[in-house]
Amino acid sequence: MTASTPTMLRHNKIDLALHCLRQASDPSTRPLLLLHGLGDHTPATVPGWADSWTGVVAGLDFTGHGASSIPSGGGYTAELLLGDADAALASLVEQSPDGKISVLGRGLGAYIALQLAGARSAQVHGAILLDGPGLAGGPTGPTSQSFFSLPPATQTPDPYALVELGRDLRPPDYVRSFVHLAIANSDLDEPISVCSVFRPEWLAEVASEHGVMEVSLAEALAAYL
Amino acid sequence: MSTIADRTVDFPGAEAPARQYNIDANGVQIAVHEWGDAGAPPLLAVHGGFDFARTYDLFAPRLAACGWRVVAWDQRGHGDSEHAELYSWDADMRDALAVFDHVKPGAPLPVVGHSKGGALMTQLADAQPFRFTHLVNMDGIPYKRNIPDIAEHERTKMMASDIESWLDHRRRTADLQRKPGTIDELAARRARMNPRLEIDWLRRLVTTGGFESDEGWRWKIDSSMRFGGFGPWRPEWTLMRLPGLPIPFLGILGSEMEEMGWGTPPKKVLPYMPMQGRCEVLDNVGHFVHIEQPQRVADLVLDFLGDAQ
Repeated sequence: MTASTPTMLRHNKIDLALHCLRQASDPSTRPLLLLHGLGDHTPATVPGWADSWTGVVAGLDFTGHGASSIPSGGGYTAELLLGDADAALASLVEQSPDGKISVLGRGLGAYIALQLAGARSAQVHGAILLDGPGLAGGPTGPTSQSFFSLPPATQTPDPYALVELGRDLRPPDYVRSFVHLAIANSDLDEPISVCSVFRPEWLAEVASEHGVMEVSLAEALAAYL
Repeated sequence: MSTIADRTVDFPGAEAPARQYNIDANGVQIAVHEWGDAGAPPLLAVHGGFDFARTYDLFAPRLAACGWRVVAWDQRGHGDSEHAELYSWDADMRDALAVFDHVKPGAPLPVVGHSKGGALMTQLADAQPFRFTHLVNMDGIPYKRNIPDIAEHERTKMMASDIESWLDHRRRTADLQRKPGTIDELAARRARMNPRLEIDWLRRLVTTGGFESDEGWRWKIDSSMRFGGFGPWRPEWTLMRLPGLPIPFLGILGSEMEEMGWGTPPKKVLPYMPMQGRCEVLDNVGHFVHIEQPQRVADLVLDFLGDAQ
């Protein structure tokens, strides 16, 4: 796994690119998984804001993004991306000294990081939620909907991903349940950190929950090393 | 056009489609099945989740006999349609639009949907009413399932278990295959989900919704698909769309609750009928109203739609 040659993970019929941006300088530190925003991809090198992390730093390209494969005919959901992130988790825990990782998500990746922290609370030490593309998501309840079709995509990001993941539903009570799940099985009192400036409704709900820190990115990284 | 499989188990009154072909739905191959005269007025039939178009083998011929060209399709991953990389409600909706546009571009059509197919079409009729002349929803009116007497922390535990189980399943799907067996074994498995349907009908379903491999019969449905799941969508959100539907609407509900149904209590949904709508409740009938009582349901639908010509 190198920056130029990602490890390809199979998630059902999709090949996902997991990029190792940097090996651990301190083997006792758990890996950090970076999840990019909507329409984005994993950066080529460790971003300056994550430079303090001494464990493995890896980034996943979600389905239809970056070097991952493009499905035919769309069908994206946030829960699908949770499955993507879970595939990366399964790979990275093998490199962890204690079988746990921390996860940092930007924009849409922040929403998925929260879901992963709730769904795999025994393996996610901490989740950091940051500003980024797709942070707002779609409505929190039913709306009048439009349905459409697009020509097949030949390169990432897949236009279906941009549209479908840009309007995914994020009801506050659904979001809250991931916070509760994350806290229920965590060794930490506050396993989720909200570091974003922008707080759409779902994220404001997360930030208001017991067990969630509102801190700077540097503080969050230090807390979840 | 493909030929009809000749291993199909006979069942009284059931008929194979007259025509079968594929259409390209934005890169996904969707299998279409038609009963009746190719020149007759079209009527779309939409199957439920974990079903397939051939589950209309009993019902569609009755409509076709009264002058309709009944067009059903296998939703992506179901029946003879392609196993797609992704599945979602919106993707199913998009595939449905490809069928609408193929069958009679630019013209409104009468539509019958069962279970998930009924819920899909109810949402589509709300979003694009110009595509519909009539809508029949057969036991596909979603209603909030209440699980009483469960504390909030217990609900959270249930969700944790659902999600973890779903993720574990996703980790296995790349190499997963449906379990093989004899026709009788697959029919017996299906009977656990369809306890009210005759075993001979379920045996027929194996031969129309399954294929014979070296190890035995397997269901065609994509092995990555799984009953249940989790997500932000709420059944009552579809129910809320009903009162505003601006087209003639007929709901047909079975009074007997079943595992594969929505658990919709008729008295709870009757207040949501649209202005041009009504709901018929069939006593002592389960979720598969059109299979348990095909003629009775066909008569209701034919009366509602009027003369095909």
